[in-house]
Formats: sequence, C-alpha cells, structure tokens
Amino acid sequence: MDKPFAITLDPGSSLANKTGSWRTFRPVYLDRLPPCNAACPAGENIQGWLYHAESGDYEQAWRALTENNPLPAIMGRVCYHPCQGACNRQFVDSAVGINAVERFLGDEAIKRGWAFGKPMKRSGKRVLVVGAGPSGLSAAYHLARYGHAVEIHEAGPFAGGMMRFGIPKYRLPREVIEAEVQRILDMGVTLKLNTKVANIADAMKAGHFDAAFLAVGAHIGKRAFIPAADATRIVDAISVLRSMEGEEKPMLGRRVVVYGGGNTAIDVARTAKRMGAEEAIIVYRRTREKAPAHDSEIEEALQEGIMVKWLSTIKQADAGEITIEKMALDDKGFPQPTGEFEKLAADSVVLALGQDVDLGLLEGVPGLEVKNGVVQVGPNMMTGHAGIFAGGDMVPSERTVTVAVGHGKKAARHIDAWLAGEAYAPPPKHEVATFDKLNSWYYSEAPHQVRPVLDIIRRQSTFEEVVQGLDEGNTQFEARRCLSCGNCFECDNCYGVCPDNAVIKLGPGKRFQFNYDYCKGCGVCATECPCGAIKMVPEEN
Amino acid sequence: MSFQPVKFYQTGTFTVGNRLLPPEERSVQAQAKRYNSINSGHRACQGCGEALGARYAIDAAMEAVDGQLICANATGCLEVFSTPYPETSWQVPWIHSLFGNTAAVATGIAAALKVKKQQGEPRNIRVVAQGGDGGTTDIGFGCLSGMFERNDDVLYICYDNGGYMNTGIQRSSATPPAARTATTMAVGAEPGNVFGQGKFVPAIAMAHEIPYVATATVADLRDLEAKVRRAMEIRGARYIHILVPCPLGWGTASNETIRIARLAKETGMFPVFEAEHGEVKSVLAIRHPLPVEEYLKPQKRYAHLFGKTPQVEVIARLQELADRNIRKYGLLDGGER
Ligand SMILES: Cc1cc2nc3c(=O)[nH]c(=O)nc-3n(C[C@H](O)[C@H](O)[C@H](O)COP(=O)(O)OP(=O)(O)OC[C@H]3O[C@@H](n4cnc5c(N)ncnc54)[C@H](O)[C@@H]3O)c2cc1C
Ligand SMILES: Cc1ncc(C[n+]2csc(CCOP(=O)(O)OP(=O)(O)O)c2C)c(N)n1
Ligand code: SF4
Ligand code: SF4
Ligand code: SF4
Ligand SMILES: [Mg+2]
Repeated sequence: MDKPFAITLDPGSSLANKTGSWRTFRPVYLDRLPPCNAACPAGENIQGWLYHAESGDYEQAWRALTENNPLPAIMGRVCYHPCQGACNRQFVDSAVGINAVERFLGDEAIKRGWAFGKPMKRSGKRVLVVGAGPSGLSAAYHLARYGHAVEIHEAGPFAGGMMRFGIPKYRLPREVIEAEVQRILDMGVTLKLNTKVANIADAMKAGHFDAAFLAVGAHIGKRAFIPAADATRIVDAISVLRSMEGEEKPMLGRRVVVYGGGNTAIDVARTAKRMGAEEAIIVYRRTREKAPAHDSEIEEALQEGIMVKWLSTIKQADAGEITIEKMALDDKGFPQPTGEFEKLAADSVVLALGQDVDLGLLEGVPGLEVKNGVVQVGPNMMTGHAGIFAGGDMVPSERTVTVAVGHGKKAARHIDAWLAGEAYAPPPKHEVATFDKLNSWYYSEAPHQVRPVLDIIRRQSTFEEVVQGLDEGNTQFEARRCLSCGNCFECDNCYGVCPDNAVIKLGPGKRFQFNYDYCKGCGVCATECPCGAIKMVPEEN
Repeated sequence: MSFQPVKFYQTGTFTVGNRLLPPEERSVQAQAKRYNSINSGHRACQGCGEALGARYAIDAAMEAVDGQLICANATGCLEVFSTPYPETSWQVPWIHSLFGNTAAVATGIAAALKVKKQQGEPRNIRVVAQGGDGGTTDIGFGCLSGMFERNDDVLYICYDNGGYMNTGIQRSSATPPAARTATTMAVGAEPGNVFGQGKFVPAIAMAHEIPYVATATVADLRDLEAKVRRAMEIRGARYIHILVPCPLGWGTASNETIRIARLAKETGMFPVFEAEHGEVKSVLAIRHPLPVEEYLKPQKRYAHLFGKTPQVEVIARLQELADRNIRKYGLLDGGER
C-alpha cells in the first residue's frame, strides 16, 4: 500500500454514482404545436419561419414559409391573420405582428428575385386547375412541386381571381399579384387566360387530364328586391370592383349608398370615395359588432370619411333618393323593423350582399352534391365524382384568400396520393402549446411594431397602398417578439439550470439531450424552459 | 453595475444562453465545454438550489481566473453531498475544512500562495472559500470577520438556504422570521422562527468596508456570473451571499427551485445588490412587483400562515420587511435613491 497517510481508498469521481436511478419522472423534449400555426388556414409553420427571420436569415425564412404558402407578399397584405388572434404573446403584451413580417419576407423575395426550385421529378400525370384565384394558384404550385404537369384554365383576362377583381388596389397592388403568380408559372405551370371551362368533363377529356381541381370562386352578386324607380342606378358590388380593373371605370355619381355589412361593402364604399364620391354611405341592417366586415377595415373606412347607417334596411329607391327603415335588435339579437323611416340622397345603390357560385361547368357530372349553393367535398377535398377535387369559395368555407390557399395545398396532397392510387394520411398533430405551457418570465419587454399608414388625404383621393410595410430593423424586432411556443429555440436554459448537469448540449441547430444516467427528474428544466418544449412523464417502473 | 442586461433579442439576457447574442455576450453556463466544477453523480436532493448555485459560482470563478483556483469548503450539505469519501464531484482543487473554520483555512491557503509567489511560482492561483449559512453566519462567523478585517485575498461565498439543512433543518441566524424549522416548530403563540433576531451578513460584511460585497440568487444567472467575475478582478476580502432554495427544508416542489428564488427577489424579501467598500453601487431591480404571499404560499415552511385562519398580521409583518428592503435598496427603481 503506497497510499498517503490515513487514506485507505482510491479517490474517485462521483460519476460512478448513477443518480438517474432516483427518478420517478423523466423529462423529455418535445415539439408542441404553436397556436399561430394551429390557427393558420393555410397551414403555415409560422413559428418555424419566424425562427429564421429572428436571426436575419430572411431567405431561409421565406423558403420555410413558402413550403406551405406560395403567396406571402399577398398574404402579408390581405390575410385577416387568425394566427395573430391565437398568438400567445397577446397574454404578455400584444400579439406578434406575424402578418407584417410575412409581408416583409414576400416583398424581400420579389425585390431580390428569389425563385422556387424546379420540381425534382416528373410524374407523367396531368392535372387541370380551373380558376387562377388563390386556391387554384396554391394547388398548381403544390401539384407542380410533386412533379405533375399542371395547366390552369382561367376565364378572365388576368390571374388572381377575387384578389384581382375584388380586393382593391389600395390594399393589394397589382404588381404584387403579378410577381407572385409569375414565380409559380416559372416552375413550369401553364396558365391559359380567357379560357372559360364550359363543361369540366369535356375539358378533361380534351386535355387528357388525369385529375382536376376546381376553384372557380363565387362571383355572382346576390340580389335583393328593392322597389325602385327607373331612374335609380342599382348595381352590384362585384361588378363595380371588377370594372375597376378594366378600361371603363364605373359611374356611381356624387352620393353612393352601399347596401351590406361585409368586407365587400367596405371595399366598394372606399373605392367610391376614391373615385370622387362626396358621400359614400354604408347601409347595414345590424350593428357594427355583428357586421361580418373586420373591425380594422370598418375603422379604416370610417377614418376615410365613409359614413355608416347601422341598423337600417333599404325600403325603396327613387330617383336621387332612397328610403331606409330603422331596425332594432330583438332579445335574440335579430334586427326587427321599427316602422321609422328616413330619406337619404343617393345617385346610385351598390348591393354588397354576398356572392353565389356559378356551377355551370359542372352540369351533367354524375355524383356531385350541391348544398346551399356550394359544392360538397370530402375531407380529402374530392367532390362526389372521383378525380374531381374542389376548394376555395365554391365549397363550404369562410371565403378568405387564406382558406382558399389552404384548400389548394390540401387538395394537392390528396390529388398527388390519388394519382398514385394511394390515400394521403396527414401526420398526427402535436398538442398545442397553450400559454400555460410557457414560462413567460424569460421574454424581454418588447412593444409591437406598428406598420405605417398613408396620410389621410391620399387615402381619400388615390389608390395608393394604404398600409405600408415594416423596414428591416423593425421586422427583425417584431420577429424576435415571437415566444417560439412549444419549439426549442436553443436558449440553453435546460442546459444551464440542471443542478445535476444532466443535459447535454449538442451544438448549434442540434438542440439537447438528457443524460438519464444522472437526471434525477427534479423537473427544473421543464419548469424553466421558456417555450414549453420539455415535458415530465412518469417513469414506467 | 457589473451586469448590463441586454434587452430585446427575444429573451435578452434572461435566459442562460441566447443564439441571437454575439458569443462574447453569452454566459459561462451556456458554453458547451464549461468547467462543470461540481459534476454529475452528487447526492444533493432533486432540484437542489445549493448544488446549482455552487456550479454557477465556481464555474464563473474558474472562467475568470483561467482555472487557477483552490476551494475550501465548510461542512454542510454542499460538502456532504458532493464528497462522500472516496468519491467527489469536484473538478477543482478542493479541501474540506471543518464546519466553522473555512474562512481561516482559505486565509491560510492564500498566505501560502503569497509566499510561493514570492518564491517564484509563475501562476496566479486564487482562493475561494464556501459554506452554508450555518457555517457562515453562525459557527464560522468569527473566522469570517477576521478574514474580512485582515482583508485577506479570499472570495468567500455563502450559500444561504436559511437553515442547517444537512443535519435536519435546524434554525440558523439566516432563517427568516416565521419560517418553520425543526427547532422553530409551527406551534405555540408565535409559530415558526421569531421576528427581530438573526442577521443579514452582507450588511455586516459591508460594515467591514471590504472591497466587494454582493448578493445574488440562482434565478438570475447573468447577474450572479457578473458578480463573481467582478469579485475575481479584485484583490483582498470579498463576499458573495447567494440565496439557494432548498426543496426539502422549505417544503417546495423540486421543480420550483428557480421560481422560488425569483419570487424572493421579485417580492423584495431578498434584496439583490452589490457594494464596494461599504457602499451600495447597484441593485437588481424588481421587474414585476408582487406581494410577499406569492413567495410564501408555495413553501410548506410557511404553511401555518395560510391555514384555516390566515395569519394576516404575520404576513403583514413579512410584507413590512420586504417593503423596508425595497425602500432601503431602491429595488423598484434600480437603486436610484
Ligand atoms: C371585395 C372583396 C374583398 C375581399 N377581401 C379579402 C381580404 O382582404 N382577405 C381575404 O382573405 N379574403 C378577401 N376576400 C375573399 C377572397 O377574395 C376569396 O375568398 C378568395 O379569392 C377565393 O379564392 P378562390 O380561389 O376560391 O376563388 P376566386 O378568387 O374567386 O377565383 C376564382 C377564379 O376562377 C375563375 N373562373 C370562374 N369560373 C371559371 C370557369 N368556368 N372557367 C375558368 N375559370 C373560371 C374566375 O375568373 C376567378 O379568376 C374578398 C372578397 C371580395 C369580394
Ligand atoms: C462543529 C460542528 N458542529 C456541528 C456539526 C454538524 N453539522 C454538520 S453540517 C451542519 C449544518 C450545516 O448547515 P449550513 O452551514 O447552513 O449548510 P447547509 O447544510 O444548510 O447547506 C451541522 C450542524 C459539525 N459538522 N461540526
Ligand atoms: S409567440 Fe410566436 S410561436 Fe407563439 S403564437 Fe405568437 S407567433 Fe406563434
Ligand atoms: S433539471 Fe436536470 S435533474 Fe432535473 S429533471 Fe431536468 S435534467 Fe433531470
Ligand atoms: S430550455 Fe431553452 S434550450 Fe432547453 S428545450 Fe427549452 S427552449 Fe430549448
Ligand atoms: Mg444552510
């Protein structure tokens, strides 16, 4: 024994003592579904693309975004951003301006000329897409990526659908639509304009198509019966907005009354104002709270001097004047006539009462089911007729650009599987990273960055874009407000806070691993993970 | 202020690391190859604040002096759970002293190193002494005060878990009022530890006018690391007092350790500051002010305050203590008094 005085054992490291045996719960890393992602009708991985924007890698962010949605510059302008309504940051201060960052990425892509990759393989299959609105464009993009030959047949003279013939320029400049459509066509998608499909079966046969995706939208303005003298101009909102795209601008007069409470009513009233109407008045039978139009748009309209008669219906239209009846809400919240009348000066009345679908092209197709004027589809977006899929405004939907884009993507996945004789099974969804799963202590105070708005004079007289974009600085700031809900953003907290040094750091981009030899299962890491990417689960035995 | 927090960048410097910060602004604990001065396999309880605080502090000291460090360690949990002979978790030169004499042992090591330096030792080897609150504020207090008074070149770190935890949770002079321990049971007219006794050693250390005194908690890593780094830049006697929650002694869930430390700071129950030569230089401001109940309620050692008839008067007295800290150190305005 040549040990020092009084030493009888060799010194050793405590690594010999595997404290993992103490554990009754074990921490596991997981990815939870961020609420923004869960709420996005286009199924974007918002948290995923914000992650790249946070570090300033905008191209990577744009590529991650366009995995799911090929139209970010459009979405960044017209999407009603249900993601922001779900964003967990609203419980800290206010939601992340996802839409503003999306727009920046979309605009940056146009500015820098970023292109989509060419499809890697060719399937040899041909798919007909009817309608070049957002749903058709989205389907075409995804189908092309799967390697199918895609042809879009569009009745109108331009691509874009309602984004072009409905949504006014001051919200969506046409160059933006053109750039994002062109990028899809550059992938090898064929677009045939002024090509109305009169009968889908004939069109498929003539073009030797293996499958079709229908996305013809809803373009027939709903009418309401208003007793009218001959001299009154009664027009429908969709025609007015559509004619804004042509040579002959609509003649509406000095005093324009718009009938309806949806976004179309708002858009047409704002358009009339810009066309020089002295008075643009919206007449709607319910209240502001009940109006289907988004409140932000009502607000913008009011700022521009649009007037609104809430709780009012049009009873009669005479030359130069209309009669409206006041309504009152009953106990159930429905508007009821009061017998109280009022006269309003009006040169024209624009009806914005919603749209119906023109189903002419489907005549004689067996198996189709039409309910409430829209075509019924299964969970795979296929109609009752095998091989014919449909999406967007012509099927049951909230009728937004984003839903239309989502339908296009979903349909493309199912068409791809169907063409291969298979069925597409969506991967199981992760549990949602609700706010209670987060540890919000760790997030910096960071106020929401507001997008600048055009001055009011120009908003009333020109079609210049009203809402402007963020610059690079505040885009990055806004992106960094993201809490990264449910997905590790490599903050090193778990690695740092473990009293047992039982977390292994694998290096940038590679995340972490638990060392279960020593982890005692205290749960500190899970509690201190800011974003809820660790869960404690009971040990089996 | 030793620590300049970085705001924005998602989590700024609140988290241990942050991929958005430049590498030189990241913490010692975030490094993939940190020292791990106290390694895995130790026998501390699940979620032990002391084990964590010791790794935070000693790793930061090692980083500051390039690994040229010797530690003297008083008897107490930290020593017992890390070094059951013949095993040890320490990956630094480390000596176990007695319960009460760590400061003196460290003084001796520092003196020996000084002599060696005069004899041509090329390295700058530095000394840290560490112990629990019992070993520091009670039994080791004479040695500690002597070390301060002589301005010996030692950084003394006290890990304050508010009691003699290793021997079964007895009261120390750092046990807060009203807290239940094995020797201050939650029985009688005034259950728990008495008001008006005990001591706050950081203030006593300041009274020695030593070059550097600081307090910290395991909930603010970046602040703690900066204070250790600052302390190692200075020669002479230095003292850092770190609040380290003890799940067993405080009756808290093992996963709550950091949260509880954070609440101690946020409610004002534990003031976090730094002082030079007896003068407070900076405080870590309260971020989201909270009533003391938030801190007390999750701890079983205060459970008797929240029974069928809540002890509102006792809680009010504790709130008064917190309010006094807030006033005294300017905890709501970052120390601008
Ligand atoms: C005024 C207005 C403003 C709106 N604002 C917004 C907004 O801000 N945000 C939002 O999310 N949504 C908005 N919407 C709704 C949104 O525009 C639609 O939900 C969306 O465009 C529907 O997309 P889609 O692809 O289904 O159909 P559409 O966009 O309507 O496109 C259908 C296309 O099919 C073509 N087509 C029709 N029949 C045939 C045929 N037989 N053969 C060939 N082609 C045919 C049409 O010409 C059209 O181009 C607005 C709608 C309107 C009317
Ligand atoms: C002189 C002497 N008295 C008593 C003890 C028994 N003893 C060992 S550790 C300890 C308590 C340690 O308390 P503290 O210093 O606060 O450290 P903690 O265990 O709480 O971390 C006591 C009383 C001893 N080792 N030596
Ligand atoms: S904070 Fe980020 S990840 Fe969480 S919901 Fe908002 S945008 Fe999505
Ligand atoms: S903090 Fe460490 S010991 Fe505790 S559960 Fe997490 S990995 Fe295990
Ligand atoms: S604590 Fe940080 S590093 Fe660890 S899993 Fe959570 S986000 Fe990732
Ligand atoms: Mg103690």
